[in-house]
Amino acid sequence: MKTIHALLAAALGALALAAPAAAADRSPEPHQFSFDGPFGSYDRAAVQRGFQVYMEVCSACHGMEHMRFRHLGDRGGPFEEVPIGGEMVRFDNPNDNPVVMAIAAEYMIDGEPDEFGDVNERPRIPADPFPYPYDNVQQGRAANAGAYPPDLSVITKARYGGAEYIRSLMLGYDYEPPADLELRAGNYYNPYMYGSVIAMPPQLQDGLISYEDGTEATAEQMAEDVAHFFAWASDPHMESRKSMGLMVMIYLIILAGLLFATYRQVWSKIEH
Amino acid sequence: MSGPSTYEPKTGVTRWLDSRMPIVRLGWDSFVDFPTPRNLNYWYTFGGILSVCLVIQIVTGIVLAMHYVPHVDMAFASVQRIDRDVNYGWLIRSIHAVGASMFFLAVYMHIFRGLYYGSYKAPRELLWILGVVIYLLMMAAAFMGYVLPWGQMSYWGAMVITNLFGALPVIGQPVVEWLWGGFSVGNETLNRFFSLHYLIPFLIAGVVGLHIWALHVPGNNNPTGISVKTKADTLPFHPYYTTKDGFGIVLFFIIFAFFVFYWPDALGHADNYIPADPLVTPSHIVPEWYLLPFYAILRAVPNTLGGVVLMFGAIGVLFILPWLDTSKVRSMRYRPLARWFFGFFVIACLGLGWAGAENPDYPVPGLGAIGVDFLLMGRVLTIYYFAYFLVILPVLGFVEKPKARPASIEAAVLEEAAARKGRASKAAQPAPAE
Amino acid sequence: MTDVNPSPEGQGPDGHEAEPTRRDFIYIATGGAVAVGGAFVLWPFIDQMNPARDTLALASIRTPFSELEAGEQVTVMWRGGPVFLRHRTEAEIAAAREVELASLPDRDSRNENREGSPASDENRSALAAEVAEGVEIDEGLRTALIVMKANCTHLGCVPVGEAGDYNGWFCPCHGSHYDTAGRIRRGPAPENLHIPPYTFVSETTIQIG
Repeated sequence: MKTIHALLAAALGALALAAPAAAADRSPEPHQFSFDGPFGSYDRAAVQRGFQVYMEVCSACHGMEHMRFRHLGDRGGPFEEVPIGGEMVRFDNPNDNPVVMAIAAEYMIDGEPDEFGDVNERPRIPADPFPYPYDNVQQGRAANAGAYPPDLSVITKARYGGAEYIRSLMLGYDYEPPADLELRAGNYYNPYMYGSVIAMPPQLQDGLISYEDGTEATAEQMAEDVAHFFAWASDPHMESRKSMGLMVMIYLIILAGLLFATYRQVWSKIEH
Repeated sequence: MSGPSTYEPKTGVTRWLDSRMPIVRLGWDSFVDFPTPRNLNYWYTFGGILSVCLVIQIVTGIVLAMHYVPHVDMAFASVQRIDRDVNYGWLIRSIHAVGASMFFLAVYMHIFRGLYYGSYKAPRELLWILGVVIYLLMMAAAFMGYVLPWGQMSYWGAMVITNLFGALPVIGQPVVEWLWGGFSVGNETLNRFFSLHYLIPFLIAGVVGLHIWALHVPGNNNPTGISVKTKADTLPFHPYYTTKDGFGIVLFFIIFAFFVFYWPDALGHADNYIPADPLVTPSHIVPEWYLLPFYAILRAVPNTLGGVVLMFGAIGVLFILPWLDTSKVRSMRYRPLARWFFGFFVIACLGLGWAGAENPDYPVPGLGAIGVDFLLMGRVLTIYYFAYFLVILPVLGFVEKPKARPASIEAAVLEEAAARKGRASKAAQPAPAE
Repeated sequence: MTDVNPSPEGQGPDGHEAEPTRRDFIYIATGGAVAVGGAFVLWPFIDQMNPARDTLALASIRTPFSELEAGEQVTVMWRGGPVFLRHRTEAEIAAAREVELASLPDRDSRNENREGSPASDENRSALAAEVAEGVEIDEGLRTALIVMKANCTHLGCVPVGEAGDYNGWFCPCHGSHYDTAGRIRRGPAPENLHIPPYTFVSETTIQIG
């Protein structure tokens, strides 16, 4: 038993060592998400609303390079089950999912060259990527006064604080900047940002969009939903991971018990 | 220690095989009937745990190489594809990434165990040196593996570490360009790191073979440090230590699985989920936790070359350790002074790790008031690190008076058992489980 | 150390044996648990080599068919290989329907939409394909349409259209002649051109796969 304590202590010590020094003025506000904890899962409705916020607000400037429309209908995705004729239908292959197909088809993409070598636009299919706002990094920089809006595919994994950070950042524009801080034009004070100065203007205001499911679109609600959406997009297999983890843990604990019994049995006649 | 073989082939096939290539005999003598001291504690299960770690890394690594693309434009995306689209890719990558940390966790336990029980002392010097070679190879493999996802920490970690070689006089710049295959870390660098990252684990497996060979000639050391004298001191490896190691491995798996399934990114760095960008340096470049103590030693010296020399010296000193420790007694169980210095050494290593993770200019919590920043802390602990090997261990052998040691392993075991029984009968209750 | 150790069965120095049933049960249960766990661990390592989600996402494609005029053919790529989509002329259909089924080298339709059916023209044409609910497709059009994997059943070459002795498809590699329903008539190919699973998902589009 001493060994286990030692191992755990060493592991925790290692974690403490890896923790970074905070350079923002404020740590993200704690917030309870449905996916927190070892049994937490994504709230499909929240992810759907967050996707709407992303598409209608964020996607004007931020791309999600690694996302495909089919991911929305994958196992664990927001549109895995969709209502058809008043019934919830599950599609194992997101390609056959009419809601995912309809969402994808709203956006155009350059198709394969035709027989004359001309490239024509066609509606997107589930296998296609989310539309990207820029053709290249330079264009993105030029369009945003030199600050390239980061890709959001894995944003909650790429920032300490994850979804709480996103939510806090989106709502973090109301603080009074310190008196000695000189903000250049096009910069904003946001204490949750690394360095506390951000080039993104405040985005969310009450009633900015109207949710398809009728939820009231307060800034608070949108920030929470979009954080929820990014958490799912960054870690789409979280639910499978946690449920498999539970099985593995139960198995390992049983196996440890059996092996300990075997060990005791084998050593029962030996002084050691 | 490896006496005459007790293997007796029982069937025609095994007799036929045994007279041509006695591989079954080798396995039998090495892992079934191998005489092992009967008093090995759980610290000795880390050898078995490390073998399992190596196999896990090789198997998951081969699988990941089937999906990974070693190209600067596609590496990050291919890792994302593994996480999102490859069947169980998220699981296999998580095992590989967490596995690297678990491997180092186990190897540090293994090394500290060897330091405490004097497992590096004669006749096991070569065994120890081979172990240090494995450790060096592990660090090389881990460093190159961390570059492969081509995130910000991958790129800038590769930049910082390769640039260290630039500190070498005269040949510095040519050596760095040779390592890069260009004038900066780039696609060529990524490709060669991928190739070497695939190669090194097999080198490790080879050296592990030598390590086990070198172990099986003198046999295991043990917590008393007393050499095996009679048959009563040992037990056959199977079933006694297969079951004990097996139990230890499963306990280790529980910690491993906890990280894989519930905290997969805890041991990594968030910045590595940002694609590599040669134009933007992360605000705070740190290596993975298992290399932090060496990073602190590197930064303890104001001169880059001096830092590099000291950092490699920190590992180099391990090679000559068997001849630095002058004590006649192996185990620190019987070395009243040495065990204190060893305790401080463990704390120094942890402290160096802490100093390596922090900004050197920041004050140490609690000690900032007296002007101690992490740089100073790193320097003091670096001095202790080297003093432990170069001053304390050589001198202690002459000045320390060891405690009385039991006559044999068997005597030590029976003494302990008697003490345990005495304690149990005092507590007027049925003897609890051990 | 030259002593020979006791064999594992030798157990303790006093030679005392524990009651065998309980001991055996623990050993068997432990061994069984390890074996079962090992089998479960194997699966992810096997399954990772199966087609990934992005590959599966392209395993079914949608392609328009309604713009094809009689006598026109397009080739589309599906699962890494070419597929012919042909709107046959009246003459081609008539020629295909005249053939005596008993005289065919391969009498199976080789149609995944109607498995095991005889190689009649109807079973080869789009009449055999499923039509999604609420979609109306003209029967004449379905009779005229034919969808086939464009790989010769001999060794996989791509046959040339409107060619060969039967004015269907002709494989230049080893001289296999297919008729206007894509059935093998002469040459080394053993089977009719294969027909992939496909469905009419709208008045203008079929989904292959």
